[in-house]
Amino acid sequence: MTSETWQPVIGLEVHVQLKTRTKLFCACSTAFGARPNTQTCPVCLGLPGTLPVPNLEAVRKAALAGVVLHCTVNDESKFDRKHYFYPDLPKNYQISQFDRPICSNGFLEAGGKKFRILRAHLEEDAGKLIHDQDPANSKVDLNRAGVPLVEIVSEADFRHADEAVAYLTELRAVLRAAGVSDCEMQEGSLRCDVNVSLRAGPDAPFGTKVEVKNLNSFKGVHKAILFEQSRQAAVLDAGQRVVSETRSFQADSETTVSLRSKEVASDYRFFPEPDLPPLKLREAGIDVEALRRGLPELPAAQRERLLRQYGLKPYDVEILTREREVTEWFEACAGLYPNAQTLAGWLKTEVLEFSVNRGVALASFCMTPQRMAAFLADMDRRGLNRSRQRELFGKVVSAGGDVATALQDVKDEAIGDAGALEALVDEVIREHGPVAEQYRTGKDEALSFLMGQVMKKSKGRAKGGAVSAIFLKRLRP
Amino acid sequence: MPTSLTAVQIRDKVTTGELTARAVAEAHLAKIEAEDGKIHAFLHVMKEEALAAADAVDAKRKAGGKLGPLAGVPVAIKDNLCTKGVPTTCASRILEGWRPPYDATVIERLRAADAVLIGKTNLDEFAMGSSTENSAFGPTRNPHDLTRTPGGSSGGSAAAVAAGFAPLALGSDTGGSIRQPAACCGVVGMKPTYGAVSRYGLIAFASSLDQVGPFSRNVEDAWELLKVLSGKDRDSRDQTSYPAAFAGWGPLNRDLPLGGVRIGMPKEYLGDGLDPECRAAVDAARRAFEGRGATIVEVSLPNTAQGIPTYYLVATVEAASNLARYDATHFGVRKGDAAHSRGAGFGPEVKRRIALGTFASSAGYSDAYYVKALKARRLILNDFDEAFRRCDVILCPTAPTPAFKLGEKSADPIQMYLSDVYTVGANLAGIPGIAIPWGTSKGRLPLGVQLLGPAQQEDRLFAVARALEGAR
Repeated sequence: MTSETWQPVIGLEVHVQLKTRTKLFCACSTAFGARPNTQTCPVCLGLPGTLPVPNLEAVRKAALAGVVLHCTVNDESKFDRKHYFYPDLPKNYQISQFDRPICSNGFLEAGGKKFRILRAHLEEDAGKLIHDQDPANSKVDLNRAGVPLVEIVSEADFRHADEAVAYLTELRAVLRAAGVSDCEMQEGSLRCDVNVSLRAGPDAPFGTKVEVKNLNSFKGVHKAILFEQSRQAAVLDAGQRVVSETRSFQADSETTVSLRSKEVASDYRFFPEPDLPPLKLREAGIDVEALRRGLPELPAAQRERLLRQYGLKPYDVEILTREREVTEWFEACAGLYPNAQTLAGWLKTEVLEFSVNRGVALASFCMTPQRMAAFLADMDRRGLNRSRQRELFGKVVSAGGDVATALQDVKDEAIGDAGALEALVDEVIREHGPVAEQYRTGKDEALSFLMGQVMKKSKGRAKGGAVSAIFLKRLRP
Repeated sequence: MPTSLTAVQIRDKVTTGELTARAVAEAHLAKIEAEDGKIHAFLHVMKEEALAAADAVDAKRKAGGKLGPLAGVPVAIKDNLCTKGVPTTCASRILEGWRPPYDATVIERLRAADAVLIGKTNLDEFAMGSSTENSAFGPTRNPHDLTRTPGGSSGGSAAAVAAGFAPLALGSDTGGSIRQPAACCGVVGMKPTYGAVSRYGLIAFASSLDQVGPFSRNVEDAWELLKVLSGKDRDSRDQTSYPAAFAGWGPLNRDLPLGGVRIGMPKEYLGDGLDPECRAAVDAARRAFEGRGATIVEVSLPNTAQGIPTYYLVATVEAASNLARYDATHFGVRKGDAAHSRGAGFGPEVKRRIALGTFASSAGYSDAYYVKALKARRLILNDFDEAFRRCDVILCPTAPTPAFKLGEKSADPIQMYLSDVYTVGANLAGIPGIAIPWGTSKGRLPLGVQLLGPAQQEDRLFAVARALEGAR
């Protein structure tokens, strides 16, 4: 058997931080980036005698995740303790859900394929160990300890790294749209572990799986899966067996290295959390059907609608729906300016370039949807070519966004006067005789060069349509 | 002498101004200073705090403020209850020097009731034991006979009340840790229904069994203290407590007519292993009930024999988990890695129970031990439900023997575990139980009996206990 014929089997375990103001079992803030150990209390520090109190907002968001992932949201679930000794885990057990999770048996469609979701359960996050501040000691930051997570466990339904990335992209979009989580990988509010194994063919039994951790981008997930495929294929091709283990992705070398063996299963000694009664959603005032009814438009439906309603190209829709604020900005502007395709063109290039790409959120960008609509209307009236329009856009942005004020001294309007345009065209034909000749003898591509020369002479003000008509009249009568 | 007054008497005298809270506190502190050297009920005497709290009560009275239901009453606190800024050790080296940054709910409630916290009392390490000999800081001795143990694990609290160091004390009862030392020391000790009192700030031994309860020298004082303890928890910080079901208790019914009250006697609690003098005390209590017109019925708790093994599986599995946090990262003297620090910080009984609990919850063994124990627990609960269809209150022994000698059982853990044979049932079933003194042995040791009632029926249980006390 050669490496090309091995089929990868991939499963994903995604930890998502629920978007709540406070932690899962205490009232401490979940805000990211605070000074170490400033967002802690006796409960999340695991001090002796303290007890957990569930945060119902976190429970509600977990149920919401179940709704958007087409899961059965279980009216009754329970918490369990998962035991392991680690310095970032204050109680040396994690409150999680073992055999009765809040959500089970769902799916997510991505890239035209349905991926099954086994379960999504609530659990508390651990703290963070900091090894690089003190050469002699490791430090512990417990701000993150107790932050609410849902762990979303897929079935091993992925057969290619692309599928895994498509799923993750859609998962992120769906959870963000529903307000379940921010899903910021940089801030750790979305973390992903990948299980990869190889098998001989589509009907062969699953091989030994390897878990890869430390993935901090979707690109990393993709690279890690491809690396594991070739690494495991090489092992199998050499007649050896794949070792069950946890490996760590190395972003710089795009490889994985062994962290620890899984040959001896670790025993977490799960047992029901005696400090918490079973979690009952209805009793807690969480109405799953109401959550379903209150859902905002989800990405798949939104993409469909944008295609239909505005007649956009699929690629533009994809860009416009990557971030909710972009979609909202677009729709606000499209309500004021009729040519949605033109607007989409501006948004995906100049608007994002002058705002988000320069670190300015669209919400605080000086070109509000209203101003943009006014700007585009102004441009339509002037009829200038695109590069001149772009210049003026820059001018408006640097003047703070007020279109009328910024452009009041700009006198240039398109030159539509036939006599003036004919004079310019004749001048260009004279100066670029060989090119004009090429066009005359049938080379269509030569026209754009000739047009460009006219635009240059007119400083972009010549009306394109009229100019090409004159060239046609002169050279191909 | 203020040290011979009951809690209710002190409260009333302080409220009327006949006695100052300061005089009460000083008298108790003086007695502790004079006599606790030989008893060792306290691990930490809160002298300054107690005087300051007493002065505050007196000042409040002078200013015309309304005093709480325990105004000026000294209360001794088992040292597994968190007291803000005051050392809280669980009698363990691993918590030595730790001062909690917060008060347990029951401590908050005592302070709000104008009680005066007088000190932290000795216990078996992490409440694991029946003699208070497992304290890392030395045993407590029984005030009735200094060669004997006060029972345990709340031995310090029981001894403090018996010795007159405080009219009231708090204990915790996981398998009998209030009732058995109460019996050994000749005082009243009571375990409430599971969920009646918030566990927030009680350092967990076995979460599904632990319950905080009162010690006192008479039934009425225990009732007054329980009413303070069982109120609402701020922010519902213990999700397993439900104080609303226990609200609205009035004064103790001191004159419950016993005519028609059915007293059940479980035959399984009166057989082999019960000391003849303890058996005689139960018989005497039965006659007292009969004399007052109660009906005696024989009941059966057929799964009694499963009580101790079930208890030692459920309790140790939860304990192994609850004690995992003591890894010397946050608490305790660090001796190398977490494992070595735990080895140095925990005493032998705690280690034995962590080992047992870890084993019983391990993959491959959990079904055979822990899961089976949960099933047995259900059967034991059913036994009590069945028995309470036939009777209103169960009368039975509290401990199989009177107070035993120091060292007598420490070499044999099983013998020690059997001290709880009549008490673990109430914890496994979550029902309330009260130990009350009943006579004295030939060796002049206290004897006592235990009354058990259905869940949430503390008011009736106390009224029956008071009636029995009145017949003494």
